[in-house]
Parts: sequence; structure tokens; C-alpha cells
Amino acid sequence: SVNPDLASERQTASFSVEKLTTLLDGGVEQTRMRRMVVEAIESDPVFSRENQYFQTQNERYEAAVRKAVHLQKKMHEMGWTENGPEYKYIYRALSGDIAFLLHRIFMRSISVLGSDKQIAKWIPLATQHKLIGSYAQTELGHGTYLQGLETTAVFDAATQEFILNTPKISAMKWWPGDMGRSATHTVVFAQLYIHGKCYGIHPFIVQIRSLQDHSLCPGVTAGDIGPKMNFEHIDNGYLLLKNVRIPRENMLSKFCEVRPDGTYVRQGSQKINYFTMTTVRISLISDEVLTPLMKACTIAIRYSVVRRQSKLKPGEQEAKILDYQTQQEKLLPQLATAYAFHFINDYLQELLNRGYREIQRKNFDMLPELHALSSGFKAVITQHSTAGVEICLRACGGHGYSLLSGLPSLYTKILASCIYEGENTILLLQTARFLIKCFMAVSAGQPVPPSVTYLAAVKPGKCPAKNKVDFLSPDVYTEAYQHVAVRLISSTAAKLQDLIQSGVKKHDAWNHCTVQLVQAAKAHCHYIAVKNFAETVEKLETKAGIQKIMKHLCDLFALHGIFSNTGAFLHDGYTSAAQMDMVTASYLDLLAVIRKDAVPLVDAFDFTDKSLNSALGSYDGQVYQRLYEWAQKSPTNQMSPAYERYLKPLLHNTLSKL
Amino acid sequence: AAAMSVNADLRKERAAATFQPELLTHILDGGPERTRRRKEIEALVLNDPDFQHEDLNFLSRSQRYEQAIRKSSLMVMKLREYGIADPEEIYWFKSFVHRGRPEPLDLHLGMFLPTLLTQATPEQQDRFFMPAWNLEIIGTYAQTEMGHGTHLRGLETTATYDPSTQEFILNSPTVTSIKWWPGGLGKTSNHAIVLAQLYTQGQCKGLHAFIVPIRQLGTHEPLPGITVGDIGPKFGYDEMDNGYLKMDNFRIPRENMLMKYAQVEPDGTYVKPVSDKLTYGTMVFIRSLIVGDSARSLSRACTIAIRYSAVRHQSELKPGEPEPQILDYQTQQYKLFPLLATAYAFHFVGAYIKDTYHRISGDISTGDLTELPELHALTAGLKAFTSWTANAGIEECRMACGGHGYSRCSGIPDIYVTFTPSCTYEGENTVMMLQTARFLMKSYTQVTSGQQVTGMVSYLNDLSRQRIQPQHVAARTVTVRINDPTSLVEAYKSRAARLVESAAKNLQTELNHRRSKEDAWNRTSVDLVRASEAHCHYVIVKLFTAKLAEVSDAAVRTVLTNLCLLYALYGISRNAGDFLQAGILTNAQITQVNQHVKELLAVIRPNAVALVDSFDFHDVHLGSVLGRYDGNVYENMFEWAKKSPLNKTQVHESFHKHLKPMQAKL
Repeated sequence: SVNPDLASERQTASFSVEKLTTLLDGGVEQTRMRRMVVEAIESDPVFSRENQYFQTQNERYEAAVRKAVHLQKKMHEMGWTENGPEYKYIYRALSGDIAFLLHRIFMRSISVLGSDKQIAKWIPLATQHKLIGSYAQTELGHGTYLQGLETTAVFDAATQEFILNTPKISAMKWWPGDMGRSATHTVVFAQLYIHGKCYGIHPFIVQIRSLQDHSLCPGVTAGDIGPKMNFEHIDNGYLLLKNVRIPRENMLSKFCEVRPDGTYVRQGSQKINYFTMTTVRISLISDEVLTPLMKACTIAIRYSVVRRQSKLKPGEQEAKILDYQTQQEKLLPQLATAYAFHFINDYLQELLNRGYREIQRKNFDMLPELHALSSGFKAVITQHSTAGVEICLRACGGHGYSLLSGLPSLYTKILASCIYEGENTILLLQTARFLIKCFMAVSAGQPVPPSVTYLAAVKPGKCPAKNKVDFLSPDVYTEAYQHVAVRLISSTAAKLQDLIQSGVKKHDAWNHCTVQLVQAAKAHCHYIAVKNFAETVEKLETKAGIQKIMKHLCDLFALHGIFSNTGAFLHDGYTSAAQMDMVTASYLDLLAVIRKDAVPLVDAFDFTDKSLNSALGSYDGQVYQRLYEWAQKSPTNQMSPAYERYLKPLLHNTLSKL
Repeated sequence: AAAMSVNADLRKERAAATFQPELLTHILDGGPERTRRRKEIEALVLNDPDFQHEDLNFLSRSQRYEQAIRKSSLMVMKLREYGIADPEEIYWFKSFVHRGRPEPLDLHLGMFLPTLLTQATPEQQDRFFMPAWNLEIIGTYAQTEMGHGTHLRGLETTATYDPSTQEFILNSPTVTSIKWWPGGLGKTSNHAIVLAQLYTQGQCKGLHAFIVPIRQLGTHEPLPGITVGDIGPKFGYDEMDNGYLKMDNFRIPRENMLMKYAQVEPDGTYVKPVSDKLTYGTMVFIRSLIVGDSARSLSRACTIAIRYSAVRHQSELKPGEPEPQILDYQTQQYKLFPLLATAYAFHFVGAYIKDTYHRISGDISTGDLTELPELHALTAGLKAFTSWTANAGIEECRMACGGHGYSRCSGIPDIYVTFTPSCTYEGENTVMMLQTARFLMKSYTQVTSGQQVTGMVSYLNDLSRQRIQPQHVAARTVTVRINDPTSLVEAYKSRAARLVESAAKNLQTELNHRRSKEDAWNRTSVDLVRASEAHCHYVIVKLFTAKLAEVSDAAVRTVLTNLCLLYALYGISRNAGDFLQAGILTNAQITQVNQHVKELLAVIRPNAVALVDSFDFHDVHLGSVLGRYDGNVYENMFEWAKKSPLNKTQVHESFHKHLKPMQAKL
């Protein structure tokens, strides 16, 4: 039965939860299919995550391999294919708890970087899992900066082979998933040398383990890099190569080729590579970032209406903690953020699809804008969502700290997203570079891509709001965000120019301005996110209460951003001190309004209890019973040798000299 | 030879420092003699083979518990053998043995024994204290329940007096009343001090403490009527058997109620306690420990991140030149140096609270408790402020180490998971902030009704003066000198005053809407928390600034002054809205502040490594491959990884179980 405190929250929903779920999924058919896939996966005991929180690293790894192998069978049974519409729901249904994710990256890199001949040779082998692939780019001493990689591949014309080497310890490949224990092959990025000349970084297919007995190939040292904050199920690995020879044909040669005589040939445009990076950054947002944030909101908000603490009114029952303004102020902005990012993700996906169509027509004009937006939003979304999950965790007090709440593992998993596929600070600086360039172009009267045309329409002036209700107008707050973005971008551009004109070298000037540049890039993304949310709300259908509640969330998202960064909006007097008090008042009013729909808003995310895997966040709200039952299953409650070995002598006072 | 093996980058950094790190270490320790003694105790532990063990990162939770309990029992024995009795020295010893981690006897030593001393009658002390001192009795302190934490009055466990047998009958009437979280309760303890609602003669007399045996002496099996166990895996605290306890009609003799203050007579008559202000003192003391812990945990994270940033090279700053140390990037400095400054600030705040506490506890015995309410209110907020800041700061340090920070070998994940619960325990932070706010509101009301207030809130007295002289605000604007810490203290003071006043006014507005007091308070609580934060921030800047005058060495004073300025200016930069909105600083001044922050980053850069060396964490205590004193990061990451459990066999068993059959089938 459902806990009455949770049940009562659902009776007063101002909108149709099912309609909102459909909106989030993108249509009735998508919702149906997602539920079907989730049901098929969750009803299969091999995919159970029931004991996950009690397992060791070795057990987690083994389970992930077992699931990956079983998934092949399952897909066959269900008639699902990697290109089918069901595929994208599988990962969500598994909560990512599966091995061989890098195997797909291995295949994708061959498809993108390999010649037709190479694709024909390797892809069928990989598809049938005759081999297991990984992708070895980062090294112990090198991450973001690809040119700095130290692994070498020297061409030996006599044998028509490349000789791969790890010249020093910092050059050891480090971190690649599936490489520590599983992979038989990997794509190694190395500095190519022909006749003593370095041609830069190129990709090579290297076999690292025997296909017969899985032992390491001659010259290869590989293993697991040891325990991490999360991803215990993935064998992130290290790889040391000593005079490992591979045939000339193993260099992936769609764009660059080494001929038998050692001639180096470049062919085609590498721009498509940028597009791949962009695709990867955008594709991780949904599964790796939004899903954990939405799960954390679901757990924390449901728990906050079940948990009662202290009294709000004397003589009454203890209050639900969600009725405290401070608790609302922690959780509801995270909920609004989850919705805002869901819609910005839709926007980015659409942009990406358009970009893809253009590229098919050999038009690469959209690439710089796509690159800037994907970099900036990857950074902003991962950072805010990670912070959001952590807030949810801490908002659950002591019980949030238990692994059984599900929140610690959501947090440790999402926070990795701030680092992989581009470290966030570096990505923001890439966005900033684009913004500065566009600002210069605008100042010179040249055309710029659509997302930055606002830089041309600089309207000096003041925020027109006269009372707190005015701040519920999307025009008012969107313009305030725009103003801040323009101010930060233009002032940083001016600062850069000043430095350069005063004789500072360009790169030094850039480094001097990087703190400001990062702020400018964030302001740009924040503005686009607010604007996109407001425009999305505008287009929603008005029936079933959906538009109304989304408008509230949009307002909250926008005002929360102003409230937590008042300095940026007060600076230069665009917003006055009195107006800032209005923002605060409107913002706090909104918390109380959204509070009423908080539970339906997380119900709409439509996570099953199995997928939440949380003693605090289940749909029925039977928090305490579940916590007690789960705790009893803990291995620490089996008899421990510690008593006989240490406690007994201690208690029986047989330790000397106490 | 030892010097030769230090990474060249770190050697260069240390050679370039403008001050002697040992001198700063002495200041942090409270004098050269304290430093010497700390290192002496450190050596006692580190040179003792009994305290060696495998890297904990490679052990399962049960194994970690086992190691901890092994070390704890040895620790108790050796502390007595060495005659270490000073609380701070015990703390050091324990911290070196357990490398900053909690351990299963924490509550026995830190709560069970002290509670016996303060709340037990002489007869009870005779019965329990010596056995507990000798660890025949191991106890814990069972307060929180599954459904109840911060709000003590809400606890549901009952102790009903039965005069016919002269016993209390203990019960956990609901699932939510099950005792949950007490450390050492799950597997270690055989006794617990249980907080329960006392019922006698049909009436509830509120919460009282009872000594409850929970496990059979000899067999360690739970006693009939007792259900006890471990609450399962957590984010951190792997060494600690946090436990649950459910009691079903469990009877204990009347004499097991701690009766130094309140009493139940044999016939069931309840005797009220005389009021007890001492509990205030205990809370202040524990919170001062948390402030100190915030400083230490953040210092450890900074040490790791800054040393690693000096060793790590990445990308290109100048075309054609080798990859620079990542510590040379402005963005990296901007992430780390304000945190370094914060760690120093918190050290001084922790020391201040501890000193003040000791001074006032002297007063307690002589009966002068006038300062206690303010200190109690202030430490609540400072506990919350410092633990929140450190919590976020540790994560920023980890993020600043990129991918390798995510590996457990960096040590930062462990610091984080061990530290983060301090935002919740000993008073949930938001609740703590609101306690401070309550005091601020009370002080504000006093001032508006014409009374003067004293201590850290005395700036509120100025508010009434300002109303008489409205031009004061404008006059204040131009007087802030951003290079002068004393002047910045004034700026923070104005901000605090403004936010306290604004919260008080908003609270009054809510009350004027004829809302109940509680409702009005709740509807103002976001403002109230902001006011408390501003107050705490002011206190910290003030204490840091005051510390500078005490530093005699000129070189050390210069670096500390720069850190203090960075701390104060960065805080202004990040909260610029507050200073702008109140008219304390102008737009132009904020721009200057932002600029000056960046200049200070460059000024502090050459001393960054020396400043973390001054924290003087031993490598064993630091527990980090990235933060090693010698900077030989990469070699040691490889050595560390080779010990990973997944590497125990060359071919993992999963290959034979799963991979091979799959490949055969396809």
C-alpha cells in the first residue's frame, strides 16, 4: 500500500502526469516502447541490481560481463537490433550497469576513422563479438591535450609493420574502459614516425590479448587501474607496449595513410571528426546526466514528503520536511533545472540533426556553432546536474548517506561526466573562443550564426520591471540574462584587446582573461537555456495543465539563476537593488506554488522502483520498512571473524596491561 | 639521496618559496613545542609495525571493519602504555592510527565514557565506569531513530517504569522508532546508552538516558528482546559499524537510568532535574571540533590538488614551449588558491572557538555563563558555514585533479566521503544556520528596542545610529580600501548588518500578515539563512585579519596577509550582489575587487606548494598517490594499480565463465 503522506500528494496534482510523461518521451508511441523495453529488461533476473550495493569490485565486474553477454541473447530473443528504435531505451533500463560500453566506441571509431576495407574486415568481427574492443587515447600523464600524447608508432618499411612503444611511464595508456580485463583489441592513439619524422597522432588497431586463452600478447602489459569512486563494474585499464608490431593495414586510414614505401598521404576532410566529438558530447547528456539528476530529484522529493521532522505549528503533527521553505529552496530549483536541461537537450539534438543533414550535403558551416554549443552545454549541464544530485543527497540528511538511498552512487557516477569527453573548464574556454570571435565579427558588421546574433542587438538600458509580478514575464527575465551575457562577453573582449594593445603577447593575454572567459561562456549558455525553456513553454498545448506548470518551472529556473548570482545582474545597474528584492520575493513565492505539484512532477519522470534502486525513493513511500529490510541483507550482518579474532580477546580483557 | 628522488618540479617550487614553512606549521600547531610533540606521537604510530596494513582501498567493507577494530584495541592499550592522556594528544594518536578515518570505538571513547562521567550517579560509575574503561563493557550512544534525527523531542522509543519489579521496560513501538545510525552499535558494542521517552505513573516525562545491555557478555550474542545489526553500506565510514537497535519489552533495573540529574524513585515518583546548562558546553565543544575538522579536511584536499598541479603538465600556454605545469593556468589557480586561503581561515576560526570555549568553561565552574548563549549561537552557524564550504571545496579540489582525482588512489574521494556527513551530524546545517539566525533576530530586536548588544553582534548597534544619519550609507561606499584587510572587515560587517536587518524586516512583514509565529519564521527562513551566513562570513574575515597581527615573522605575515586578502576579496567577488545591493561597494570597486583577486593569484602562486607543505601532513596520513611529498606520482600510480583486486590473476575468472562461452557460441 502507498504511504498516505505520499498518496495525498498525488491527489492534488494540477496537471496530467501521464501527459507530461508523454511530452518528456516525445510521444505516446515512445512512452509505450520505453515501458515495454524496461519491463522486458527488469523482469529478467540476470539484469537484477538488487544486491549491487553489497558487491565487491570483482563481483560488480563479473556481473557486468555476465549482463553484457546475456544482453546479446536477450536482444536476439526480443528481435531488437542496434539500429532499432528500442535500442536507446536499453541502456536506461539497465541503468548503465553493463560491460563492453567501450566496445561500441571501438566500433564507432573504426566506422568513422577506418577505410572501407578496414570497416569490412573489423566491423563484422566486432558485431559478432569474436573480439572485444576498447579505445585507448588518454595516458597516465596526458588527457585533454591530444598532441601531448607520448606513445609512439614507428613505421618499419622492411616488414611493413608499425612498432608500438610506451617510451616512459607517463605515456602508459590509462583509464580506457573494458581494457583492464576484457578487451582483446584496442584502438591506440600514438605519434606516428616514418623515417625519423613525426607526423602527429594517429589511430592504430592493436591486439592485446589472445583470442584463444585471453593471455596477454607478447610485449603487452595490461591490467585494471584499481578502485574508483564509481564504475566498479568497468575494468578501466592500463596498457604498456614494448616493441609491439602490427601490420601496416592496422592504422585506421580513412583520412591518413602510410603507403608501403613509407609515403604519408592525407585524404578527405577531417571536419567530420569534430562532428563526431560534438555528437558524443550531446549524446551523453540524456543518459549520463539528465537521468541521474531526475532520479535524484525523484528520490529526494518523495522522501521529503514521507519524512517528518519538527513542528511547524504547535500542537500539530511533525511537518513533512518538504513544507520547510529551506528544503524547498534546496530541491525545487533542481527539479526546475532537470526540466530546463531536458528541453535544452531537445534543442541540441535538433540542431545536431540539422547539422548532420547539412554535412551530408558537404556544407560544414554549422560546425563552429555546433561545436561551441555542445562544448559549453556539456560543461554547464554536467556541472549543474552534478551539483544538483549532491544537493539532493545532502537534503536527505543521514539516510541520504546510506548507499541504500541510491544517492551516493548516482552522485559518484554523474560527477565523472564533468571530466570525460572534455574537461569542463577547457570546454568552456572553447565556447568562449567562439564567442569572442563572433563578438569581433559582429562589431565589424559581419554575419554570425543564429545563436549569437543577440550580440549585435545590444540594447543599453534598464530592467523595466516595476513589481514582483513583472519578474514572472519571460521577456523581462530573458532580457536580463541576455544583458548579462552581452556585458560579460563584450567586457572580456575589450579586456583582451586592451592587454594585447598594451604589448602583452596574445597567449598571455588569453591566460590572464580565462577566469572571465569562463564566466562569459557560462552566461551565454545560461541565457540560451532560459530563452529555450521560455520558448518551449510558449509552444506547449494549454490543456491538461501542462503549460501552466511548465511555465512555473521555467520562471523558477530563471529566477533561481538570478537569485544565486545577484552580482552579475546588479553590476552596471541593469537591475536595481529594489528590483532584486522583487526577484527574491517572486522566487520565494514560486517555491510554495511548485511545492504542491512536486511529487507529480517527479512521478512524471516515470522511473520504476527497480531502476531507482533506492530504499528512500520508491513509488509507495514505504521508506522505513524498506530501509530496515535491506539493511538486514547486508553482508556485514553475517557473522564476522572480527568478533572471534579481536573483539573477544578485547572484551574478555585478555589483552595485556589494560 | 632522499632529496634527489623528489620530483624536479616540486623541488623547484620549494626552493622558490619566500618563507620558511616550519614557522607557519608552528603557528598552526600552536607553537614549536606542540609541533614537536605532534611529530613525536606521529612517529610512535608510524614506526609501529602493529599499525601497518594493506591499502584500505583494496579491502572489502568487512575487512576494513576488521582492520579498524584490530587497530582500535591496540590503540587503547598503547595509549595507556605510553601514558598519553591529553585530549588533543589522544586525538592525534587516534588520527594517525586510523589515518583520519572514524573507528568502531569512537562512540565508546567519545560519548559513552564521557556521558557516564557527567550523568551517572557515583553508584552507577562504580558499576559501569571501570569495566567500560577496561573495555569489558563497550558502549555506544543511541539517540537518533530511523524516523527522527534533529528534532529530539520527536523520538519514539519508550521506557516505561514498572514499580512492581522496579524495572524499566524498553520498547521500540514502531518501525520509525528503531535506533538507527549510532556508531559501533551494529557489531561492536555490548551496551548502549539509549535515549527514550520516560513513562512513569502513567505520565510521559520526556527524554531520558538509560544504560541498556544489548549483547551477552561472553558470547556477544544479542540478548533476548534485542534485535541489533549493521545498517549496511554507506558512502564512506566503511570502518564504522553504524547500527540499528530494536527493543521488545526489554527490561532493565531501575538503577540503569542515568540519575545524576533526573530521578525515578522506587515507587515511580519522578524527581525533576535542576537545570543543566552544561549540555550547551558539550555542544560548543563538539562543534569546535567540526570546525577544526573542516579546516583539516580541506587542507588535506588542497595539499593533494596543489602538489599534483605542480607535477602535472598539460597543453600549451605559449606556442612552441613545453607543456606547462597546470598550476600556471589562471583557471586552475582560481579554483585552488581561494580554497587554500579558506583552509587557513578555518584553522584560525577553529582555534579561536576552542580557546574561547576553554576560557568560558573556566567561567562555568565559577558561574559566569554570560558569554555562553552567544558562543553557542555562533558555533552553530560556524559549524554549518565551515562544513558546507569545506564539503564543496574538497570536491573542487578533486575536480581540479581531472580524471586521476576520480581514482581512489588520489585519496580525495576518501576525504570527501569521510567528511561530508559532518554537514548532517551534530545538528543538520540548515537547522544550525537557523539557530544562529534566531540569536541574530533576538539581538536585532534588542537593538531596536533601545538596548545595546555585545560581542560579535555589536555591529547591530550601529543600525539604529544609521537611521538617524541616513547619509552614512553613502559615506561608507568610498571608505572601503580593497587592499586593507581591516577595511574589508568593515565591508563584511555592513553586509551582515544589512542582511540581518532585511531578514528581520521580512519576518515582521510576514507577522503583520497575521501569520502564526512559526509560519512567519518558515516563510522567512531562506532570508534568515542568508543573514546567518553573512554573519559567519564576517566573523571569519574578522578572525583571520586579527590573526595577522599575532604573526611575528615578517615573511610569514606577508604570505598570510595575501591569503587573508584573497579570502576576503574572493568572498566579495562571489557575493558581489550583496555588496552592490546594499551600496557598500560600487560597480567600479567590484571590478577592482575582481581584478585584484586575479593579481593575488599570481602573487600567491610561487608560495603555493610551501603553503600546503606547512600543513605538514605525513604521506601515510594524507593517503594519496597524487599528493605525495616527493611528487613521484606516475610511478606510484602504476605500483598502486597493480595491487587492485581485479589484477589478482592474470586472466580474470569472468573470461572462463562468460566471455569464452559467448565467443564459442557466436
